[in-house]
Amino acid sequence: MTDVFTAHHVIEYPGGYTRSVGPVIGRFLTGLRDAKLLAVKLADGRVLVPPTEYDPTTSAEVAADGDHWIEVGPKGTVQAFTWVAEPRAGKHGLDKPFAFALIRPDGADTALLHAVDCGSADGIRIGSRVAPRWRAERTGTITDIEAFVPLGDGEEPEPATLHVPAEDEQPVTGINVPIRLEYELTAGVATSRYLKGLGEGKIIGGRAPSSDDVYAASRGTDPKSGEPTSIEVEVQDTGVITTFCVVNVPGLSDLAPEIPYVSAQILLDGANNCFFGLIRGISVDDVHMGQRVKAKWADELLPDHTSIQWFEPTGDPDADYELYKDYL
Amino acid sequence: MAGDRVAVVGVGQTVHRTARKDVSMAGLVREAAREALDDAGMTWSDIDAVVIGKAPDMFEGVAMPELYLADALGAVGKPMIRVHTAGSVGGSTSIVAAKLIAAGLHERVLTVAYEKQSESNATWGLSVPMPFAAPLVAGAGGFFAPLIRAYMYRSGAPRHIGHLVAVKDRLAALRNPKAHLHIPDIDLKMVEESFLLWDPLRYLDVCPSSDGAMAMVLGSEKVADASAGPVAWIHGMAMRSEPTMFARRDQVSPQAGKDCAKDVYAQAGITDPRNDFDTAEVYVPFSWYEPMWLENLGFCAEGDGWKLTEAGATGPDGDIPWNMSGGVLSSNPIGASGMVRFGEAAQQVRERSGDYQVELKTGRALGQAYGGGSQFFSMWVVGNKKP
Amino acid sequence: MRDVAVVSYVCSTTAREAVHNETEMIVPVLHEAVEKSGIPSKEIGFVCSGSLDYLQGGPFAFVSGLDAVGAWPPVRESHVEMDAAWALYEAWVAIQTGEIDSALIYGFGKSSPGDLHEIMALQLDPYYLLPLWPSMVDMAALQASAFLAANGSTEDDLAEVAARSQRNAQQNPNAVRKGNVSAADVLKQPVTHQPLRDADIFPITDGSAAIVLAAGDLARKVSKRPAWIRGIEHRIEAHSLGVRDLTHSESTRAAGVAAGVAQGRVDVAELHAQFSHEELILAEALGLDAANTKINPSGGALAANAVMSAGLARIGEVAQRITNGDADRGVAHATSGPCLQQNMVVVLEGE
Repeated sequence: MTDVFTAHHVIEYPGGYTRSVGPVIGRFLTGLRDAKLLAVKLADGRVLVPPTEYDPTTSAEVAADGDHWIEVGPKGTVQAFTWVAEPRAGKHGLDKPFAFALIRPDGADTALLHAVDCGSADGIRIGSRVAPRWRAERTGTITDIEAFVPLGDGEEPEPATLHVPAEDEQPVTGINVPIRLEYELTAGVATSRYLKGLGEGKIIGGRAPSSDDVYAASRGTDPKSGEPTSIEVEVQDTGVITTFCVVNVPGLSDLAPEIPYVSAQILLDGANNCFFGLIRGISVDDVHMGQRVKAKWADELLPDHTSIQWFEPTGDPDADYELYKDYL
Repeated sequence: MAGDRVAVVGVGQTVHRTARKDVSMAGLVREAAREALDDAGMTWSDIDAVVIGKAPDMFEGVAMPELYLADALGAVGKPMIRVHTAGSVGGSTSIVAAKLIAAGLHERVLTVAYEKQSESNATWGLSVPMPFAAPLVAGAGGFFAPLIRAYMYRSGAPRHIGHLVAVKDRLAALRNPKAHLHIPDIDLKMVEESFLLWDPLRYLDVCPSSDGAMAMVLGSEKVADASAGPVAWIHGMAMRSEPTMFARRDQVSPQAGKDCAKDVYAQAGITDPRNDFDTAEVYVPFSWYEPMWLENLGFCAEGDGWKLTEAGATGPDGDIPWNMSGGVLSSNPIGASGMVRFGEAAQQVRERSGDYQVELKTGRALGQAYGGGSQFFSMWVVGNKKP
Repeated sequence: MRDVAVVSYVCSTTAREAVHNETEMIVPVLHEAVEKSGIPSKEIGFVCSGSLDYLQGGPFAFVSGLDAVGAWPPVRESHVEMDAAWALYEAWVAIQTGEIDSALIYGFGKSSPGDLHEIMALQLDPYYLLPLWPSMVDMAALQASAFLAANGSTEDDLAEVAARSQRNAQQNPNAVRKGNVSAADVLKQPVTHQPLRDADIFPITDGSAAIVLAAGDLARKVSKRPAWIRGIEHRIEAHSLGVRDLTHSESTRAAGVAAGVAQGRVDVAELHAQFSHEELILAEALGLDAANTKINPSGGALAANAVMSAGLARIGEVAQRITNGDADRGVAHATSGPCLQQNMVVVLEGE
């Protein structure tokens, strides 16, 4: 069996997601900026915190303005909790072990979820009294509360640092949410075989046992039958441009050459599927359907996509349209 | 069509914009859903089940958002399903919802599709770079533009055909207040002078990236018969899929699209689509896809699609107006775009399309959506008469 | 309603599939499921799958999955970004319309490449919850904490569930965690997510499952003893934990009533409990007790929990026991979302 390639993979939208929050969430977040816990009284009299734009039971509208908005807490009671022994760097607000808890602020009928900084797992129980520890710099996000902290009998919470509004300060309308996830991905057998071939200057394809069709850079199956392309076949590094486009958009990929450049579908000799490649070594105006091309291999071959740098014309006569028309 | 009769009894749609910064995701879907409920004369509690659709979760960074949106959409205590079939998802979501009624399980189903693309960026969301995969150095346009070139070569279509569609659909959008793009002085010259992106596609040949949502209330025959307003009866619905890539695949006019159309026409008794429909709302994200889909959907012989476009047949005064709403070229909240097609087709046969209403002759309209590498298709036929 | 039955079920799970990619992983499962069904693959009327892009680490996981199906000529096909139990529901609905008589359903996913517990935080309210990054296990532990406080159950009861799961799993070749373990053994483990221990938390699992459904006479033709679906219902609850009663599963109860769980003896139940306390909550919601019902004879999700196919596998496990003649009537359950937010209940019966 071929050794399979693995790679580290990160998904992270650069700069974080830009979330507009709408007027109801916005009013609650604006309250946090002012170190206040705002709640709404629902039609049935229950007090909902944190507020949503809808009643969580009936889905009826919750208006962004009106005298159903009230302040609750900030003291509250723990309804349920768990201990986080190992905080996640870059995700959790605290860099030491803490609890997650459902906390019902005084005056509210629902609970909100937040961190509790209580020293140890023994420092919290259902029924514990807690209050927010506000960050000094608050921007209008749920993390303006750094964590809740336990309150002793008769103890009053630390007051928050006063938020001094900038002159042109507006209610909160959006938040930024970074999301970074990391993976160790496996290429799989067919792709590993193909990549290994690239490192040896070969284009490896696969054929299913009951098929005549050869797939260059097979992803593991003959998609028509779903059968594994278990028979390894080497295809040529020459082929015909079936169709293409001239790309004039800058910055689509770190690997893209300077615009304008040509991206083409290429039917490699010995294969029955199209292969995407860049066409260089010729003016973009001279690229055409049916043109014969050959892979330009990198000086240093590696088992990855950098080994084929691009394709360039061979100078051979064009292929007859009849030969490739079924591949469009 | 298999099963019990189903009708669209309410339609709602948000205003589509580059960024709907005035609403949360819940606020966006509720704006469409409330309008659909109002249109149907219903409230949240009248609804039996909710079916929601959208394109990849990475656009908004919320996984399986039906969970977060359950109470926003009145689904508490009810069945809720989330569909994802790439670009065709708005259409397939509508079909999954309709089948709940066709199967005799429910009387009133709310279906919603949305995308809030401004939370990230569509180009990033569609092509998160993956290890081992051949790098996408040319973007989405780099995938479709070569297929357009192949179509031009096959059909002999002249280069200006796409631009005609780009102008036609943007002019149509001027009559649709909810459309994203309103370009009052749009004309051929403006399209021809717009930046060349992926030859032959120019900037104005390409759809925008939008925030938006679409919703429909679907009802059983009993509900539809009791409806105060006009309803759109579903005469046929179908979905077909084929792999992205396989040997000798026709990527220009995929077999899955032809098979899907054949199926939906057979259900609805459509034999001559150009004459049997009053209008069609078809997923045209790049201008050239109008002539390509005219052929794939059998509105003309293979190779003749561009001639219909050139002759103005698909314009507001033509014999078969396409995308009177302005189409995907004027508003493209990806996960909702298919449902917008299905819903706009329904609004036409309900005569609820305002300034872009077509004159009804046959009383039937087609809604079509596609996705992936032109491989996932969903379609429905709606009519103003009970099938 | 048309009579619809499970006529084939195949499942393959492992702790870590480090060799094959997702498409390669599901090929043998799909092919075996179709072959076992006795229905020629090109005659199967509909294909429906469940998967999650965030497991694969990139968009459109289901698109490459289609390469394993053999979707040529083009097929009637759909996909839910949900556990494949809901794909089965969509297929069952399509059969009810009369449009088709059979369907292939599959679910797949690898949990091992990323940090699954963290990834599932992306299911949470993006404004109030995700920025705090409570993991999937943190959320479950909060529910366990509320449940134990309200219900009078103890960590001993959780350990009994965890230990029985591992003992039952000894008979299950797909189990990734199994052993001749007692509750006392479990209680010797440290508490990792108060009040939960590792044994109370599902093991990270990669894999897939597939089912073929067939209607009426077709099912009778291809299967000696089809597992008929007598009821299939699902319900969802509000999202925020703070507005829900975490000590009961109202959506499971309602789905169970609608599906007709109580209308007969329940020989076997496969409950999609990813954490020990969830089994206790679910059993109560469905009115099941261990004296009359074999609960999770496969070991359940505590033995193997391939996210996006584990709910479908519960249906398959019950169906298989009916087809084998080990049971006459059974209940399968699938769940989705934090703390049992959404639940499906399926009643299956032999003839």
